[in-house]
Amino acid sequence: MATTARSSQLTLADLKGKVDPDWCPGCGDFGVLSAIQKALVELQIPNHNVVAISGIGCSSNLPGFINTYGMHTLHGRAVAVATGLKLANHELTVLVTGGDGDGFGIGGNHFVHAMRRNVDVTYIVMDNQIYGLTTGQTSPTSRIGMKTKSMPFGNIEAPVNPISLALAAGATFVARGYSGDQKHLTELIKRAIEHKGFSFLDVFSPCVTYNHDNTYQWYRPRVKKLEDDTAYDPSAWIAAMEKSLLWGEEIPIGRFFERSDVPSLNAAEPVLNDGPLVHRDPRVPPEVARAFIEELM
Amino acid sequence: MKQTFAIGIGGAAGQGVATPGDIFAKIFSRRGLNLNAYNAYQSIIRGGHTFLTIRTGLEKVTNMGDRIDLFIPLNQDSMDRHLKLLSAGAACLYNADTIHPGPAADGVQLCALPVSEMADITRNKVAQNTIAIGAGLHMMGIGFQALEDVLQEQFKKKGDAVVAENVNVARAGYDYAAAHFTAFPNPLPKADNRYAILSGNIAMAMGGAAAGVKFYCAYPMSPSTGVLHWMAAHARKAGIMVRQVEDEIGVVNMAIGAAHAGVRSMCATSGGGFALMSEGLGMSAMMETPVVVINCQRAGPSTGVPTKTEQGDLWQMLGAAFGDYPRVIAAPLDIGDCFKLIPEIFNIADRFQCPGLVLCDLLLSEGRLSVHPKDLDFNPPVDRGELITASNGAPSSVPTNGTYKRYKFTESGVSPRAVPGVPGHVHTVATDEHMEDGVLISDEFTNPIKRRAMMEKRMRKVAGIEASVPPPALWGPRNAEVTLIGWGSTKGVIEEACQILNEQGISANHLQVRWLVPLHGDAIREILKDAHHSIIVENNYSGQFARYLRSETSFVANGHIRKYDGEPFMPHHIVEAVKEQLSGTTKLSVPMHEIMV
Repeated sequence: MATTARSSQLTLADLKGKVDPDWCPGCGDFGVLSAIQKALVELQIPNHNVVAISGIGCSSNLPGFINTYGMHTLHGRAVAVATGLKLANHELTVLVTGGDGDGFGIGGNHFVHAMRRNVDVTYIVMDNQIYGLTTGQTSPTSRIGMKTKSMPFGNIEAPVNPISLALAAGATFVARGYSGDQKHLTELIKRAIEHKGFSFLDVFSPCVTYNHDNTYQWYRPRVKKLEDDTAYDPSAWIAAMEKSLLWGEEIPIGRFFERSDVPSLNAAEPVLNDGPLVHRDPRVPPEVARAFIEELM
Repeated sequence: MKQTFAIGIGGAAGQGVATPGDIFAKIFSRRGLNLNAYNAYQSIIRGGHTFLTIRTGLEKVTNMGDRIDLFIPLNQDSMDRHLKLLSAGAACLYNADTIHPGPAADGVQLCALPVSEMADITRNKVAQNTIAIGAGLHMMGIGFQALEDVLQEQFKKKGDAVVAENVNVARAGYDYAAAHFTAFPNPLPKADNRYAILSGNIAMAMGGAAAGVKFYCAYPMSPSTGVLHWMAAHARKAGIMVRQVEDEIGVVNMAIGAAHAGVRSMCATSGGGFALMSEGLGMSAMMETPVVVINCQRAGPSTGVPTKTEQGDLWQMLGAAFGDYPRVIAAPLDIGDCFKLIPEIFNIADRFQCPGLVLCDLLLSEGRLSVHPKDLDFNPPVDRGELITASNGAPSSVPTNGTYKRYKFTESGVSPRAVPGVPGHVHTVATDEHMEDGVLISDEFTNPIKRRAMMEKRMRKVAGIEASVPPPALWGPRNAEVTLIGWGSTKGVIEEACQILNEQGISANHLQVRWLVPLHGDAIREILKDAHHSIIVENNYSGQFARYLRSETSFVANGHIRKYDGEPFMPHHIVEAVKEQLSGTTKLSVPMHEIMV
């Protein structure tokens, strides 16, 4: 598709969704949506070639608020849906957007396997360390001691560390962003989209209604950009793993790890050598069909 | 009675039961004969017991039949289990070094093969199998050349020495039989046909390729795994993306993702995996993204008996996923139909943008049947329905961004479907209830009028689906004494039971249901209103189809024949049960399976 409906440049106005977000005022997800829109404008990817795919949850409503193709799928299944869609048409830019419960809880299995598969999609998790749409229960990233409606006496289960998990699962791009830093987040999303392979971006996206522990005020003094440390080398996996364990007074954000020497699933699969499956002739050539039958005779 | 010849080969898993089976099958098929093979086996990789039945004949052979003519036990266990199945005229070929026959019925020929005197058994571990094949072939009146040709093909990769060794061993068996055993009175016939031999799993996989499937994914689960194996082995030649996925939830979601991009997408599993896919089917229905899911039933519930057959998942399929939505469910009638059905159900799923469910079972999935190559049509009609792709997107007729309505209200309930990548049709689909343009009415904009309108739009498709699928037809004499009703894989065995009943002076006809949804209840009621004595035959405990038929048509059958021991019906099971029921002894017959595996 060399030609688009419009010859003019893609602008932020083009990406405005049919309806406005229904998130609570002050929700971190506004910042993530805005950064995604800015990244797409800066990369000038036509909106009909972008598919935003989500599961279920507050943040998973995002595809309804952006004017690209979108799929608002089942709770936890967005990554699996996105994998199938990308393999059927690998010319599309596929963004998976969702929350921590959706991705690390109910969708944990697909998350881990998508990373080892290295399918070329970008996964942006709006991580607020709480279940919001179900009105405030403990999530897989809720810290120990955090009080919620489902754990009123404080969480006693250790949280998952999404960055370490992604590194261990073999993700080829692992980063963390903060919804409160638009410029930095936009750059990370651009880089994640440009990465050829599975790019994972965990974004601190405060829930102003149900999480009173991990607030903007709590994050602002703690987040430190890895990019500010000129000595940090994102190609070093062990250093990335060490950095991923930092939590407390200083919490690193930025690009933890990236490698480009592993072919993406779509690049590694010879069946895709002749272009996207969706554009192919669905018929099996007659001589191939004859050979299939001959095998059985 | 059908003129057929059946061989039974029994042994432990890993002992090479399959190879003689494949060799006999090839030889029969090259003689232009039909065949049906069924392997009764256990969930064990080495050891245990398996019993393969290959039945062949000039006419179409649709099931394993009632009689074993030639029995080849490969170990003592097999001899002990099955010798009693043989009746007068049958023969048993066995390795006299290691196996001892027990008491046999009168007229059964016990053929002892002195294997260690005929071959170097230290070098050739499966010499007894090859010798038995050679001996059996002679007794069936088939020339040795047929076997030599197959052995050439079978072993050519291992070099000339191995070929020669096997040909010599087989020849020794052939000659020994000529000198010592009585051949069967009627040599196996010969005809000018040439058949392909395939399993239902291969048939469904090839049917998918013929339908234009470009995406197939699965999680291994018996008895559906054969579909994955064929797809994986032929993916590159057929241009199909084949993936093994982490679980069946991932499978159905990945398949729907691919389907949404615009390709035909399919997956197969068994009951347990299908249970995990259930939520995904609701997504297919709600997003109106067509996908075809095959369930190869095995004996349940739960892990159940993974290597045994059953028709026990009907209600799971009928009720899969919550909420009301249009769906299509079909049960293939035989292995050839496994191929034919896939392009048909894809056309319906595509036209009506809904999930298409195929209800197969182990009997067809893993059984083998000779099918005429012309019945494996790789150029079937393909109807993708109202699909807007980048190539047919017709930019002239294209609405500009913002006016395209993915879920436009139409009389048929079908709305033109644009796939991602097409300019001017940008939209979001959702599992939430939505309006014509895809905007959610589940959260902020809930609206009873709009919800009702969208629900009715989707359900309007049901009428179109019903019109596109034919009602079942009655087979046999109209005014018969007994009417047998079955669905799916039992077609062949019920048909043969009817023939036997008719030969025995009990007139019988037969209604076999292929399309379960839509069922065409009115047409079925019309057919059955004249039935004198109706009996529903099915491979499950509770009469799942009988209950479904009653719920859709109020029709109550006079009797039931059910089997839930894991093994398929044999013709005599049905014949005897019909007689028992006509005599008024019972209304429910549960035949006992005589072959113990």
